[in-house]
Amino acid sequence: MAYLELQNLHRDFGTTKALDGIEISLGEGEFLSLLGPSGCGKTTALRLVAGFDRPDDGRIVVDGRDVTRVSPNKRDMGMVFQAYSLFPNMTARQNVAFGLRIRGQKRTERDQRVLELLELVGLSHAVDRYPHQLSGGMQQRVALARALAIQPRVLLLDEPLSALDAKVRVQLREEIRRIQLELGITTLYVTHDQEEALSVSDHVAVMYRGRIEQMGSPAEMYSAPATPFVAEFIGTMNRLEGIVVDGGVEHAGKTLQIEEARQRPRGDRVLVLIRPETVEVDRANGASPAANTLVGDVVTQTFLGPVTRLKIIGTGVDVIADVPTQKALGLPVGTRVTAALPAEGVRLLDLKDDLPEIAEEPAPAGP
Amino acid sequence: MRRHISPSAVVWLVFGGAYFIIPLVATLLFSLNQQQTGHCCSLHAYGTILHDGAFWSNLKTSFLLALETIAIGLLIFVPTIYLVHLKVPRLRPVLAFLALIPFVIPPIVMVVGLLSFYKGSPTWFYAKPWGFLAAAYVILAFPYMFFSLDAGFRSIDLHTLTEASQSLGASWATTLVKVILPNIRSACLAASFLTLAIVMGEFTIASLAAFHTFPIYIQSINESEAYPAAAVTLMSFGITWLAMLSLLFVGRKRGGTRLLAGVR
Repeated sequence: MAYLELQNLHRDFGTTKALDGIEISLGEGEFLSLLGPSGCGKTTALRLVAGFDRPDDGRIVVDGRDVTRVSPNKRDMGMVFQAYSLFPNMTARQNVAFGLRIRGQKRTERDQRVLELLELVGLSHAVDRYPHQLSGGMQQRVALARALAIQPRVLLLDEPLSALDAKVRVQLREEIRRIQLELGITTLYVTHDQEEALSVSDHVAVMYRGRIEQMGSPAEMYSAPATPFVAEFIGTMNRLEGIVVDGGVEHAGKTLQIEEARQRPRGDRVLVLIRPETVEVDRANGASPAANTLVGDVVTQTFLGPVTRLKIIGTGVDVIADVPTQKALGLPVGTRVTAALPAEGVRLLDLKDDLPEIAEEPAPAGP
Repeated sequence: MRRHISPSAVVWLVFGGAYFIIPLVATLLFSLNQQQTGHCCSLHAYGTILHDGAFWSNLKTSFLLALETIAIGLLIFVPTIYLVHLKVPRLRPVLAFLALIPFVIPPIVMVVGLLSFYKGSPTWFYAKPWGFLAAAYVILAFPYMFFSLDAGFRSIDLHTLTEASQSLGASWATTLVKVILPNIRSACLAASFLTLAIVMGEFTIASLAAFHTFPIYIQSINESEAYPAAAVTLMSFGITWLAMLSLLFVGRKRGGTRLLAGVR
């Protein structure tokens, strides 16, 4: 049974629809990430759940109780903010104890609980330090302990790692997940970082223009994006425009044999989505290329560690491919290569006129 | 690293310092002159003042008035400016404009206006410094209170701190008292200092409304006795500084060194 439900939530700011009918249903103890670019409405949704803002329409139900009109200090939601939010006049211990003091918990119980929580977030050595004596990562750990202290019904995290450096970010997101699983607490996590969302969540909801484009497990979101936007936002994707013809899709003057195209009527304009790691690249040997193979020159190489990303451009061809770095060494910039596209496991989507532009991620190659 | 101070800076510092110090030294020397001979040195003028009962009663009135004004001012302006920053930030420029009015309107105009406005109000208010005069001084202190507190509220992340406190279960009042106030303590202190200095030195309103406050006493001495007048001027200077230092001490005692570190 759903523990946290967001039912048909609407919120307008002037003429902008920040939320346009959000529906979310989350089981107890589950971890959901709201993922999307800036301005997609993810933080607005979180603030509605926290009670800092009221929806224009719709309901928020927690454990069967409608909390839509309940004030934030009576909701029992633990929240960790993007900005450092520790009370500067209190030590780490006092910060964590704050919510318990408000609830009138006895001092001995309170002290014990505070120490347990600070130990849980790995800060038992810094209990008496003030926020300005703690690093950014430590401050967010204390903020997490403080939010957990009140035993919230739902834990809300609003881009808690975005102000931290890359290494601390990875470390802390794993700890957040460990603690969440350990305590079995229902969690709503807002982020614009797809890697973060995919790595820690039970479910991911990709949002765009105030709506949920798709919600599913991280693996589903990656392997079966339902809309061009999701395909674009999660991971890197080749997007090839084409027209359905007999036996496949026509693109760059070639017919690509694609299983999924067989079920579509001829003449349909479609978008062929291909992950760069599924493209096979080889040095062109002059022979006429095999089926599903495009020919072009390597124009850039981007070293990504174990793999190297190649951008291949030819007549009407513009694709990117991830190849093992060792192999990429033999394909320097300027080499003429063949790029073999897979026939199966390729996604076809209807080509809509308004393809999304995403600022945060450079758009993958596409004609 | 030792900072190099250029000779021209030294000249300007000496010049600036002299501007403030010479009148004080001259007043001090004058106040030490003997009543009969007019030559140095005697503490007689100070003795005259200290043995004057009116000095103590008027000083007490002004000091208590200052404390009352500070208390009323903080009670009115802290929650108001907090809510304006948090809920209706577009009203902030309106408040800032209103805060300039006591600067623009001459005290003489203000006191005439206030006297006729409050005419007919109960005697306990109209005829007592704790009523009428305190009300006028709160208005007079408004600009100093507003701009000090405004700067304090702007120096902290008010929204995040408030929301963090609320999500932990705190009400508005608890949030203001336990979370916000401790973090704008230095702004509150600054507002209090300025208010204290103003009330301790305000003459026009007190004089026209016929109340006996410390500046009125200085004026009356000034008219009658030359040397004690110089002595009381210096003493008022010293007393105001002492009062400010004690306020600073009281305000900092609990905050300690974290006062500065906390408000970043």
